[in-house]
Amino acid sequence: MGALLDKIAVPQDRFEIRLSGSGGQGMILGAVILSEAIGGDGTKNVSQTQSYGPEARGGASKSDVVVSPNQIFYPKAMKLDLLLAMTQESLDSYYKDLKDGGTLIIDNVLVTDIPTDNYYGLPFTRLAREEAGHVMVANVIALGAIAALTGVVDKETLINAVLARAPRGTEEKNRKAVEIGFREAEKLKK
Amino acid sequence: MAERERKLLQGNQACVVGAIYAGMRFYAGYPITPSTEVAEGCSRELPRIGGRFIQMEDEIGSIAAIIGASVSGKKAMTATSGPGYSLMVENIGYAYMTETPVVIVNVQRGGPSTGLPTKVSQSDTMQARWGTHGDYNAIAVAPSTVADTVVETIRAFNLAERFRTPVTILLDEVIAHSRSMVEIPQEGDFPIVDRIKPTKPAGRDFMPFEVTENFVSPMASYGDGYRFIVTGLTHDQHGFTTNRADETVVKLEKLRNKITRYEEEIYKQEARWTDDADIILVAYGSAARASLQAAQIAREAGVKVGVIQLYTIWPFPEKPLLDLCAKTKKVIVAELNMGQLVHEVRRVLPGDIDVHSVLRYDGEILTPLQVLEKVDEVM
Repeated sequence: MGALLDKIAVPQDRFEIRLSGSGGQGMILGAVILSEAIGGDGTKNVSQTQSYGPEARGGASKSDVVVSPNQIFYPKAMKLDLLLAMTQESLDSYYKDLKDGGTLIIDNVLVTDIPTDNYYGLPFTRLAREEAGHVMVANVIALGAIAALTGVVDKETLINAVLARAPRGTEEKNRKAVEIGFREAEKLKK
Repeated sequence: MAERERKLLQGNQACVVGAIYAGMRFYAGYPITPSTEVAEGCSRELPRIGGRFIQMEDEIGSIAAIIGASVSGKKAMTATSGPGYSLMVENIGYAYMTETPVVIVNVQRGGPSTGLPTKVSQSDTMQARWGTHGDYNAIAVAPSTVADTVVETIRAFNLAERFRTPVTILLDEVIAHSRSMVEIPQEGDFPIVDRIKPTKPAGRDFMPFEVTENFVSPMASYGDGYRFIVTGLTHDQHGFTTNRADETVVKLEKLRNKITRYEEEIYKQEARWTDDADIILVAYGSAARASLQAAQIAREAGVKVGVIQLYTIWPFPEKPLLDLCAKTKKVIVAELNMGQLVHEVRRVLPGDIDVHSVLRYDGEILTPLQVLEKVDEVM
C-alpha cells in the first residue's frame, strides 16, 4: 500500500482554469467563450464543465476549462493552474483547489480577504461599470486579463471569440472590455 | 475535402448532430434533466430539414410515437433519463417484439426513482439490458467524450437499422453537459445504414417477419402499399398472432439469432496500454475518462496499468474482453453505481484473474485519484 500513491504527479500537459463568482456574473458564458477562443483553431483540446442545477443558483458559481495539446482524459479540473475569483465567497470556496504556484486573479474591490500575497488584483466590476459602460462585461474584462497574464490565448483570437457571442449592438462595448482587461493586466506584469 | 466546421458542443448537442447525420427525421420526447438539451436541439434543428419534433405528454407517449414513426419509415429517436426510461420499458419490449428500429438515449442520473436529477450515474447499465420483460437481446452503446457522442449516435442508428431493433445510447450527466470542440461530420465521413426494404411485391408472398438468411426481415413502411400487422403478441412470419409452439420458437430464436450470430459486428472497444499491463481497468462513459487518466498517471509513475474502454455494453463483449485480458492477472472495473458491469466481467473472465471493483454512487464522477487508490490497493 502506498507504493504507487507516493509517486504519482498531476499530469503536466493539462492547463486547468476555473472562473468563479456569483450566479449572474457570466462565469459560465466566460468559460464558453474562453473555450471557443482556445479550441477554435484545432491545435488544443478543451473540456469545459460547470456547476449545474441547484448548486448553480445563487452562492458561488464556477465553470472550468481544461486545456491540453493532447487528448483530455479526465474532463474535470483536478488541480487548478489558474483561479479567477470575482467574489469573496468564490475565493473562499475554491482557493484550496489552486495548485502551489498557480495563478490567482481576483476582483480586488469585491475580494478583500486573500490568503496569499501571490495574486493579481484588478477592479473588474468597477472597470466594467465606469470604463466599459456596463457592469455586465466584467467577465469579458476578466478574460482580457487572463489572456494578458497567462498567454493561454492571444488578444485578437479572444476578441473574435467574444464578438462571435456578443449580442448585436454590444460589439464595441465587448471589444473595449477585452482591451481594458488586457491593458490593465499588462500593467500588473511590470 | 473541405475543412470541417468546428463547434464547441455539449454531449447532448453532439447527440443531436450525430442523430441528424444518421438520418433521424422524427423526434418525440418528454424533457427530463439531464437529457433536455437533446430535445432542445432536435426542436430547433428538425423543422429546418423537413423533420418533425413532438413534445409528448409523457415518456410512454414518446416511445410509442417513435415506434409509430419508424414503422412509417422514419428514423426516429427519443431521449430521456432513468425515470423516463423506466416508463418506456413496456413499449421498448414492443419494439423488440415488432422488430422496430428506434434509438433511445438514456442520459443517466442518480436513481432509483427520481433520484438525483442533476447528478451523474451509470446505474442504468443493467436496465438497458434487462429493462423490459421476456427474452430478447439488447444493444446498447456508450460514448465517453463529446466527440464520441456524435460517432456513437450514428452507430446506434446504424445498428438499429441493420438489426431492426431498439438501440439504447447510455450517456451520463458528465458527458452530456461538458463541452468540447467537435468537428461536424460531412457527407461520406461515416457510413449510413438504412433498413432493407422488401423487394417482393405486395401480396400474399410478402412476409413481414420472414426468417431470412441473417434472420432480419426486409421492412415495409406503412404507406408503401404493403399490408401487414404489427403486434406485440407472438406472431408468425406473416405477422399473424400465434399460440403454436413451433412458431413461437421460430420467432424467439429469430430475435436472438439476428443479434447473437453477428455480435462481432456490434462489439466496439478500445484497448490502451493493455499489452504489458499488470492491471487492466475496464470502464465505459465518464468512468472510462477517470480510468484513462488514472492509467496515464500510473504509467508515468512506472506502474503498468492498461484500460479497456467499452463502447458497446450490450451485447457484452465477451470474446474481446477474454482476448485483451489474456495476459493479465488483475482487473478493476470502474463504474458509477454499486457494481453492475463487474458481474458481467466476472462471468466472462476465467477464475484465475482477480476482478475488483472501484465504485462511486454519490452523484459525483470517480476521480483519477480514487481509481489510483484502488490500483495501489490491489497491486
